[in-house]
Amino acid sequence: MSRVIVLGALSAIGEATARLYAADSARLVLAGRNIERLEQVGSDLIARGAAAARSWQVDFAACADPAGELERMAAHLEGPVDAILLFFGALGDQALAERDPGEAARIIDVNFTAAVPWCLAAAALLERQKAGALVVVSSVAADRGRQSNYVYGAAKAGLGVLVEGIAHRLARSGAHAVTIKAGFVDTPMTAHLKRGGPLWAKPATVARDIRAAAERPGRPIVYTPWFWRFIMLVVRNVPAFVFHKTRL
Amino acid sequence: MTGFVGQDQFLSWGRVERVHQDVAAPAFRDELKGLLAQPDNRSLLAVGLGRSYGDSCLNGGQRLIDMTRLDRLIALDSTGGIVQAEAGLALGDLLRRIVPKGWFTTTVPGTRHATLGGLLANDVHGKNNHRAGSFGRGVRRLSLLRSDQGQIDLASGEGSDLFAATIGGLGLTGIITSVELELTPIRSAWLDVERIAFGHVRDFFRLAAESAGSHEHTVAWIDCTARGSELGRGIFQRANWLDDGDLVPHAESALSVPFEAPSALLNSVVIRAFNGLYWRLQKSGRARQRMHYAPFFFPLDKVSHWNRLYGRPGFYQYQCLVPPSAAEAAIEELMREIEASGAASALSVLKTLGPSRSPGMLSFAREGATLALDFANRGAPTLALLGRLDDIVRQAGGRLYPAKDGRMPADMFRAGYPEWTSFAAHVDPRFSSNFWRRVAR
Repeated sequence: MSRVIVLGALSAIGEATARLYAADSARLVLAGRNIERLEQVGSDLIARGAAAARSWQVDFAACADPAGELERMAAHLEGPVDAILLFFGALGDQALAERDPGEAARIIDVNFTAAVPWCLAAAALLERQKAGALVVVSSVAADRGRQSNYVYGAAKAGLGVLVEGIAHRLARSGAHAVTIKAGFVDTPMTAHLKRGGPLWAKPATVARDIRAAAERPGRPIVYTPWFWRFIMLVVRNVPAFVFHKTRL
Repeated sequence: MTGFVGQDQFLSWGRVERVHQDVAAPAFRDELKGLLAQPDNRSLLAVGLGRSYGDSCLNGGQRLIDMTRLDRLIALDSTGGIVQAEAGLALGDLLRRIVPKGWFTTTVPGTRHATLGGLLANDVHGKNNHRAGSFGRGVRRLSLLRSDQGQIDLASGEGSDLFAATIGGLGLTGIITSVELELTPIRSAWLDVERIAFGHVRDFFRLAAESAGSHEHTVAWIDCTARGSELGRGIFQRANWLDDGDLVPHAESALSVPFEAPSALLNSVVIRAFNGLYWRLQKSGRARQRMHYAPFFFPLDKVSHWNRLYGRPGFYQYQCLVPPSAAEAAIEELMREIEASGAASALSVLKTLGPSRSPGMLSFAREGATLALDFANRGAPTLALLGRLDDIVRQAGGRLYPAKDGRMPADMFRAGYPEWTSFAAHVDPRFSSNFWRRVAR
């Protein structure tokens, strides 16, 4: 039986991942802002087999003591924590961010500033346990700045370097950390984009990779679905004089 | 907050009509009110997995609410066999939860890729219709969100007209937000299936009559491409649940048709060859076998997106129901008409339905025989053939299944469903669909 803390349980990918754990009778803490929605997700997870699904109301950006909060969540799981999964984030509006510094700051805050103390608190908890995984959902947008979403990409890139450092720190502790670089996923966050086609994945597909990453140490960066690794290899290596001709 | 986004990718299962629609896909029930409240005179329609074949799940130029993210279980009582869930939950997802606990829904249609809301809104029937009645009979409660009355909770047995209008109501009475179902106990996920080859339609009716008492599930595949004296040959299947305690649920299928096939692929030569081959394989195959519920109830789910095999023009399904007294003659006449036309139905399914009353005003299932046919869309000749089939069904006092229909004339719908005028009074003033505009205007 796994014990899992889900930070951002109301995200589509977070909920899909929680369902995978629920099917194996996991105990879960579901953290997010909207308590009514958390209760709906929790009831579903119980019906899908979770041994426990505790709703935990928290505003990640406003929380003054993430370390203490994380300790209290862990205490509810009645045993060592197997995985701390961080899903919260927001795509934001790139065009608006270019005109309005407030929007740019909001994108950086949600995706980076708010996530840093939670990642550090999780690292400390797992380091003490000498076991367990921190899995942080980032994006392929972090691999190369592109005109269409580089503020979001910059925030996720910062987060990726942080988690990379945590992975290094934890390397000999028995615990591990993973950055998930997700491609296009069909979620409410991307609802306004033109979707469909072979590059778009369902949250359930991405969730399987996230769970596998939590259970298998040794791969600090995981692209999901897997083919994004090769797409981004190409995207990163396209020379600027070519890249700048595109509208990516 | 989820909003409406214009797109042209949402198709019905038959893929004949391609329309532009504004689609919103809310992730939580509390978002629905806001979507209903948007000041706009365009109409709305809530849809599930789009397994309706024609245009009852389309709202061209207007708005759709995609319910498939609202797929949470609300409560599962695995002692009493009652489940409450959001309307966007897929049947297959539900079965994977309840089968290991020894439960099944009271009936299932031919696919598990349909939402509970969709099953309810089409009051679907299954191979056990002669025993269990239509899907609506297993519905204990439902929650409806209407633009004019807000949230309404309805229960069966209260004699509510709105409940009766919503069961089989094609999603027109408001958004079905959640559903409570009574489940049926099973002692195995496997069935004892028997196959009997028959040479003529009259043999089908004899087999159906003699199996109704002994077998919970019956259905027949008909070779609609056979000619002359072989017309109406087919394979009758009858089955009962086993009780061996093996409650393993189905796995999700890996096979898929990734792209639209060239439309010439399923031509009548290929269809004839396939049906002939299938006939010979089935006739000589094992007569009796232990079979899992997935291949038995959902044989086509083995290959996802199989509808793409019909290519760009798509296909029509034609499903009619004729009353018992006229059934044998009418089914035979339909087959002769199809044979004479030279068109080939790729897949033809024949089943008798039982006398139990379906609970919905527009429910399709009632006592008689139902024949379902798939025809590649070849334009005018296909529509002309379907028009001639209409005449036979009309003569026999029969009707067509709205869930499968994308072209029946308004008078055919009205004659088949005389209760449609009382139903119309319950349609949410902001709701509509391509189907409804076609038959009710």
